[in-house]
Amino acid sequence: MISAILTDISQLINITLVFSTSLILTAMGGIHSERSGVVNIGLEGLMMSGAFAAAVSAYFLEQAGWGIWGAWMGLVAAALFGAFFALLHAVASVTFKADQVVSGVVINLLAAGLTVYLVKVLFEGAGETKTLHAAVFSKVSIPVLADIPYVGYAFFQAYPTTYLAILIVLFTYFLLWKTRFGLRLRSVGENPGAADTLGIHVQVIRYIGVMISGAYAGLGGATIALTTTANYSHNTISGQGFIAIASMIFGKWHPFGALGAALLFGMATGLKNFIQLFPWAKMIPTEFIFMIPYILTILVLAGAVGKATPPAALGQPYDPAKR
Amino acid sequence: MDKVLRIFSKDSFYIPLIAIILGLLLGALIMLAGGYQPMVAYTSLFNKVFGDLYNIGETVREVTPLILTGLSVAFAFRTGLFNIGASGQMMMGMTGATLIGITVNLPWFLHVPLAILAGGLLGGLWGAIAGYLKAKRGINEVITTIMLNWISLYLSNYIIANYLFDPKNKQRSLYIQDTASISMPWLSNLFNHARMNWGIILALLAAILFYILLWKTKMGYELRAVGFNPHASEYAGINVSRNVMASMFIAGIFSGVAGVIQILGVYHYQTVTAALPSQGFDAIAVALLGGNTPVGVILAAFLFGALNYGSAGMKFGAEVPPEIIRVVIASIIFFIAAHGFIRIFLKPFRKGEKAG
Repeated sequence: MISAILTDISQLINITLVFSTSLILTAMGGIHSERSGVVNIGLEGLMMSGAFAAAVSAYFLEQAGWGIWGAWMGLVAAALFGAFFALLHAVASVTFKADQVVSGVVINLLAAGLTVYLVKVLFEGAGETKTLHAAVFSKVSIPVLADIPYVGYAFFQAYPTTYLAILIVLFTYFLLWKTRFGLRLRSVGENPGAADTLGIHVQVIRYIGVMISGAYAGLGGATIALTTTANYSHNTISGQGFIAIASMIFGKWHPFGALGAALLFGMATGLKNFIQLFPWAKMIPTEFIFMIPYILTILVLAGAVGKATPPAALGQPYDPAKR
Repeated sequence: MDKVLRIFSKDSFYIPLIAIILGLLLGALIMLAGGYQPMVAYTSLFNKVFGDLYNIGETVREVTPLILTGLSVAFAFRTGLFNIGASGQMMMGMTGATLIGITVNLPWFLHVPLAILAGGLLGGLWGAIAGYLKAKRGINEVITTIMLNWISLYLSNYIIANYLFDPKNKQRSLYIQDTASISMPWLSNLFNHARMNWGIILALLAAILFYILLWKTKMGYELRAVGFNPHASEYAGINVSRNVMASMFIAGIFSGVAGVIQILGVYHYQTVTAALPSQGFDAIAVALLGGNTPVGVILAAFLFGALNYGSAGMKFGAEVPPEIIRVVIASIIFFIAAHGFIRIFLKPFRKGEKAG
């Protein structure tokens, strides 16, 4: 009995890590953008651009005989393409002071249209990329640790991208809270006027913040295309970007908070696939499980589950002339 | 003549116009890069839209919900709110119409209004949730409307799949009863079986209502005042939070009715879906391009509706993937939102103007 429960739990943790990885990475991206004061509704589109770039480059590198290195290069391509897409958001919202929400919506619409268009151009009109066989990540077992009963399967048999995501969380915390650059990025999001007075280039920092968000969101999208789906189509990314936004808010714009929230939401998604295993869980319709992240976000913002305070200058274009 | 010239040199005129031209140009460039012929593609798009009576009718059908969701976003904009929730409100409108359309037995002159009322109210309430949270808790409506979009998607799917499903096909609902239909069979016959319905009349009435409500009533004056400057309005004794809720409620009704028309006039059933209706997002483009005015919204809805509908023609005529039109629409919003870009573009011409 106990061993059955422990097996269930260890399987649930394992599957939670799978579904959380893309959310963790994308939420870290969101933190970079929003801590610098730029709202990023476009995370969904940035994930699409990353998933697309990863699936396409991995496929062509696979054809060229790169094997698993094609997948690793796919990650690099995803980060670069995501950063490029985010550059559009930065140009519109930082340089031209466009409404940041409108600009983010544009990123979502543009990515949805352009990626599917390009897939059709590259794959003779097919709506999805060809399935990856060699250039795709499989789960790795960490020697010794993976042999620990229950715990080993739960935590140490995961996709390499999951470990990468955890490393990026630690790096994000280090970068934003322990370095001069991080202090500057956060100050620009809180009080750009004061930061400017101290000689910080507000607009440059915001460009960097937004582009990092694109790179990480691109990686987030790529982890889906290179692990669970092994290709890219119009519905590879369907709402994960918005759950990543939810994770960021739930985690109060802090890397560890967002990590926790992404794990929680990843578990909610995992439960759907897992529901056959628990007789009691069958009573909850899957539609309601899908709603959890979105309802929780509203409750958090309403102050029902701890108050979240966004960066003070979030959403405000900075105009030095108006200081 | 002077007056005409002044209109043509106004920002609100040339910025959208140049944005449209740039968007189409960008689309052409991307088609060229993909190895297609943009001129052939745009010609076949044009032919698809205006080719024959059937296609003209279907274009109107495509434009109708865009007018209403466009009005929805524009109404909220006018009162200083950003409604990204038109998709979710539309979804709730669809669900309300399906629910009444299937389960109730009434003569048509009661059934149709009841179904419209139910869908409109559900959409309105869905918008009002965001309005309430903004007014009472100070939560940014952008985030809540996005979250409510997804909640509405799963809620609608749950209702359809569990209570209204077609026993033979659980992925969609039963057909609504004939008494709830707003299709116009005689007009459809005239238009070679295009799915003509009363929706376009409803949409145009809504545009008139939009105008009267905002510019001819005390309530509209208050709503616009709040949008212009909430602090000054508060000081002048206007109940700002009540106005915020009212605005989101009315905006939600517009989107809800857009959903109602899709069910009662076009499909006559509702499917379980994985995606939110795209009209809710295109509505942002429609409202921005239309300058948040009723006439502007109608014109912009026609442009985007025609582009959307015609994109299918590009596929047949020039083998261009229709998704390119999403790119064109996105670029048009991009150029309007970042209109500083267009100003830089125009600088050389403007200098000439001054010198002349």
